[in-house]
Amino acid sequence: MKEKALNRLLFIILLFMALVFIFPVFIVLINSFKIRFSIASNPFEFPNADTFTGLENYTEGIKNTGFFSAFGWSLFITVFSVAAIVIFTSMTAWYITRVKGFFNNLLYYALVFSMIVPFQMVMFTMSKTANVLGLDNPIGIILIYLGFGAGLSVFMFSGFIKTVPLGIEEAATIDGCNTFQVFWKVVFPILKPTAITVAILNTMWIWNDYLLPYLVIGNDYKTIPIAVQYLKGGYGSVDMGALMAMLVLSIIPVVIFYLLSQKYIIKGVASGAVKG
Amino acid sequence: MRNPAKRYFFIFVLPTLLAFLIAFVIPFILGFFLSFTEFTTVNDATFVGFSNYIKAFSDDNSFLNALWFTVSFAITSVISINVIAFLLALMLTRTVPATKFFRTIFFMPNLIGGIVLGYIWQVIINGVLYRFNYSITSSATFGFWGLVILMNWQMIGYMMIIYIAGIQNIPTDIIEASKVDGAGTFTTLRKVIIPSVMPSITICLFLTITNSFKLFDSNLSLTAGAPGNKTQMVALDIYNTFYSRTGFEGVGQAKAVIFFIIVAIIALAQLKFTRGREVEH
Repeated sequence: MKEKALNRLLFIILLFMALVFIFPVFIVLINSFKIRFSIASNPFEFPNADTFTGLENYTEGIKNTGFFSAFGWSLFITVFSVAAIVIFTSMTAWYITRVKGFFNNLLYYALVFSMIVPFQMVMFTMSKTANVLGLDNPIGIILIYLGFGAGLSVFMFSGFIKTVPLGIEEAATIDGCNTFQVFWKVVFPILKPTAITVAILNTMWIWNDYLLPYLVIGNDYKTIPIAVQYLKGGYGSVDMGALMAMLVLSIIPVVIFYLLSQKYIIKGVASGAVKG
Repeated sequence: MRNPAKRYFFIFVLPTLLAFLIAFVIPFILGFFLSFTEFTTVNDATFVGFSNYIKAFSDDNSFLNALWFTVSFAITSVISINVIAFLLALMLTRTVPATKFFRTIFFMPNLIGGIVLGYIWQVIINGVLYRFNYSITSSATFGFWGLVILMNWQMIGYMMIIYIAGIQNIPTDIIEASKVDGAGTFTTLRKVIIPSVMPSITICLFLTITNSFKLFDSNLSLTAGAPGNKTQMVALDIYNTFYSRTGFEGVGQAKAVIFFIIVAIIALAQLKFTRGREVEH
């Protein structure tokens, strides 16, 4: 009986916390339908006859930021970078775990080391290098993301590969598979849960990343975070209405992605951490 | 025996290796080297010894301020995030209704990017402060707590998921046994649950500490360092030294090297400290 009362109390606490967590998004949503001058002074008021502007903030914001093009570039860069990371780092992780040697060990530790280095350490030299090598475009940046994402991804794949028994691979070799086939037909299917985790963690990072794309391709190609920041920085006085609308538009794809792949995200975060 | 896989080095390793060299290794070495030079582009670097490192501290107070602000911010956020996340995890591993729904809600802010997060909280905090004729840039205290709230909102859900996984990994018989032995709720928590989730605590501390130290996007969008440079964290200070002051690129790079060393030392010390307290079942 005592147990039941306690659970009821905890439920109420959790419900209250959930409201606190949703509240900020809700406020941005209602303000995206209000005229810009009524936002700063009273963001906690619902739109009324005087302050409601329909979709004007949205049309204004989309026009000023080029939102659809930003959405397109964000999608392009995220999808291809994540694909490149999953394909190449899983192969690398398998190779350097299975083929021992000084160089492979060195590479592994260098990759792990790169995880703790703050981006500021390399931001200037990296963007200059990208510029010199002609990688300052939406295709070149995929290579940069592969290089930056490699640390965490190889680390996670390696952790899992160590638990895969060698016998399976040897059996496949005896059956006549070459190394390439052994990896893609036998090993990669076993790595799938880790591959999903790696894909999700990298998607969350690349989709929201601001400074790297801003420094490498920001002048010519805006991703969503760059477009939002541009709206704030590009004008003397900020159009709060348009800003609210852009915040809503940038949250919508994230929420859809989250609701569709929630199961994997939660699992991925939990399992990724356990191995860490 | 020669490993047949060796012939496949070029397909398996080379693409990642090449990308890693271009994006990280070369810029890292070059950055280390440039911190001892004066430059505006990479080609015109002239060697100046440690003068950039001296200037980082002596030219103005911004770097020391930023370091102090970052450390206070990190300590406050790391404690509050982990305490709240752990409490939520304890609640959500009980037989409370709708646990899945709560998990979904608490985790959601983590997917929203730093720039967007900053503007969301700017509107809300300014909306509250407006009633008292203040704004978030009126005082560094507002900016500080604004950043702490923002960081909590973003990271609690993520850490909660890790703690939940840790708690669910504890064999139920251990908890049963401690109850049979007459241990109360708090004794069970202190002597059984917390020691058993040490691996989760290790990873959560690591993630919250490094993320708090490296925070940049939300700092830029929430306060951009205002008022003055009082709410500027280290990452933003380095960025502004690089890109807002011509002739100070070398100083910016020296600050970045110092920043890297601090983050590395803290991360490694913390891992060593908590790893030592992990228990095996």
